[in-house]
Amino acid sequence: MSRTPSAALEAHGLSATLGSVEVLHGIDLALAAGRWTSIVGPNGAGKSTLLKALAGLLAHRGEVRLFGEAQAAVSARVRARRLSWLGQSGTGEGSADDLMVYDVAMLGRLPHQRWLAAPSGADRDAVERALRSTQAWDWRDRPLGQLSGGERQRVLLARALAVEAELLLMDEPLANLDPPHQADWMQTARALVAQGRTVVSVLHELPMALAADELVVMNRGRVVHHGACADPATHAALEQVFDHRIRVHRVADQWIALPL
Amino acid sequence: MHSAHLRRVLLLGAGLLVLGAALLLFGLGIGSTGFQSLLSARHDPVALQIVWDIRLPRTLGAWLAGALLGLAGAVAQGLFRNPLADPYLLGSASGASLAVALALMLFGGSVTSTQWVMRLGLTGAAFVGAVAAVLLTLTLARGVQQTLRLLLAGVIVGVVLGAAKDLITIASADILQALQGFVLGSTGLVGWAACAVMAAVGAVCLLLAWALAPVLDGLALGEATARSLGLPLGGMRAALVAVLALATGAAVAQTGLIAFVGLAAPHLVRSVVKTTHARLIVLSALMGGLLLMAADLLARWLIAPQELPVGVLTAVLGGSYLLWLMHRRGAKGGGL
Repeated sequence: MSRTPSAALEAHGLSATLGSVEVLHGIDLALAAGRWTSIVGPNGAGKSTLLKALAGLLAHRGEVRLFGEAQAAVSARVRARRLSWLGQSGTGEGSADDLMVYDVAMLGRLPHQRWLAAPSGADRDAVERALRSTQAWDWRDRPLGQLSGGERQRVLLARALAVEAELLLMDEPLANLDPPHQADWMQTARALVAQGRTVVSVLHELPMALAADELVVMNRGRVVHHGACADPATHAALEQVFDHRIRVHRVADQWIALPL
Repeated sequence: MHSAHLRRVLLLGAGLLVLGAALLLFGLGIGSTGFQSLLSARHDPVALQIVWDIRLPRTLGAWLAGALLGLAGAVAQGLFRNPLADPYLLGSASGASLAVALALMLFGGSVTSTQWVMRLGLTGAAFVGAVAAVLLTLTLARGVQQTLRLLLAGVIVGVVLGAAKDLITIASADILQALQGFVLGSTGLVGWAACAVMAAVGAVCLLLAWALAPVLDGLALGEATARSLGLPLGGMRAALVAVLALATGAAVAQTGLIAFVGLAAPHLVRSVVKTTHARLIVLSALMGGLLLMAADLLARWLIAPQELPVGVLTAVLGGSYLLWLMHRRGAKGGGL
């Protein structure tokens, strides 16, 4: 690759329906490569739907481009190697209770493995790195069903990290995590960006969201603002979308949002 | 890492095989003439024939049918992401019994008829009925993409075909007893030909299911995650449904409707070792074989020289096991 494309993901006129209701209305968005972008907004704003559509997991109208290529033209396997997606916890991984933590994380290596081939040394290393980075390595021989909500989330996070994709899309990755592990996750996101990867996260924890490079503010199926986290205009959009029930403050070198 | 875990898996597999072989040998000695036939088989041609042509294929057949059901159960539970899923879920059981009822009504005769044309006809009818019912379910569900639709369609097909079978039995009551024999399940008429068919189908199904097992692992994390991993879910799901229909159809055609083996085998395996679907499927087949062979031996031995229909026995044992499971899960405060 001779030049780094400026946008990791682009959406042009992206619309999507759930059932018979249109939940995304013609979204145009470009997410910068090598940056951490947070998507925020009230419940039902369409954040998760947008993330799924961007990941190619949802039928939609309009166009999505992955590193400059039309996503529809990229094969599922190639896409799976370049883009890792972590869904909201509690939405569908319930039947994995009988899988061992190590085997769950190893599923992240599926896009890299030849079918039915035994995991390579590189696969094992990636899985160990991922499990260690979420401090889940010690449970590798335990079934997922025996873990608490937060512990599960750290295993699922490790599964997504084990793909070692250039682009990581995470839907509420902090759900059920205690404050130290939320801080760990933030460092992981920072470290990934430092390695040149792109992180996109849907977050409800506004101080965490404001620690990102860029913020996408959504409301009612539209992007109402997209800007740098430090930009006062971004803060204004954030306050506005939450009905001025919050205010953004600068405390100890971090942006935080306090309820009014 | 995984060496301790792998050892556990291998140990369970080896244990199931050894136990199976021991029971197979034991099974050669059970029958109306008892162990005597086994001892005199070396110099008495009649005794040899009893052991070689009746007891051995029957015992082996019970193992093979159980293995097919265990395999189908593990595939069904993974495919439908439900630990209570059962190989008969897509309507194969009611399809098979309807087809057998039709065959009996049209051609007369009885399930216990030893005439090979009759046997072949009923076996074929059961197989065709089982597979046709699954195809009907798939048509109603418009494919394999939506699991819930598939389950509902399976229930509908099961109920409607079951009602049709009941209508036929009311119209021609003389087939009732013969049909009941099929519905209860029996290994009594399994010969070498049936063993060969089940072994061939079993080998193909095992290979396919094992090769497709990573899809089931991916699906356990949810449909969207599985697709995000680049798995071509459509085709692989269809192939897994085919494995399910083929394995169940082959078992049902040879031994009738044997309850609970397909449901209980994967459960028993999981209660010993938690592992990926590739291993679970192989272990469930070994466990299912062992279960049905043990149940068959019990059915032959409990009230010897008479015997119980093995399906009745598996239903009673399987029901008790589920009750125990429910009790244990309830005590732990978890759901099934």
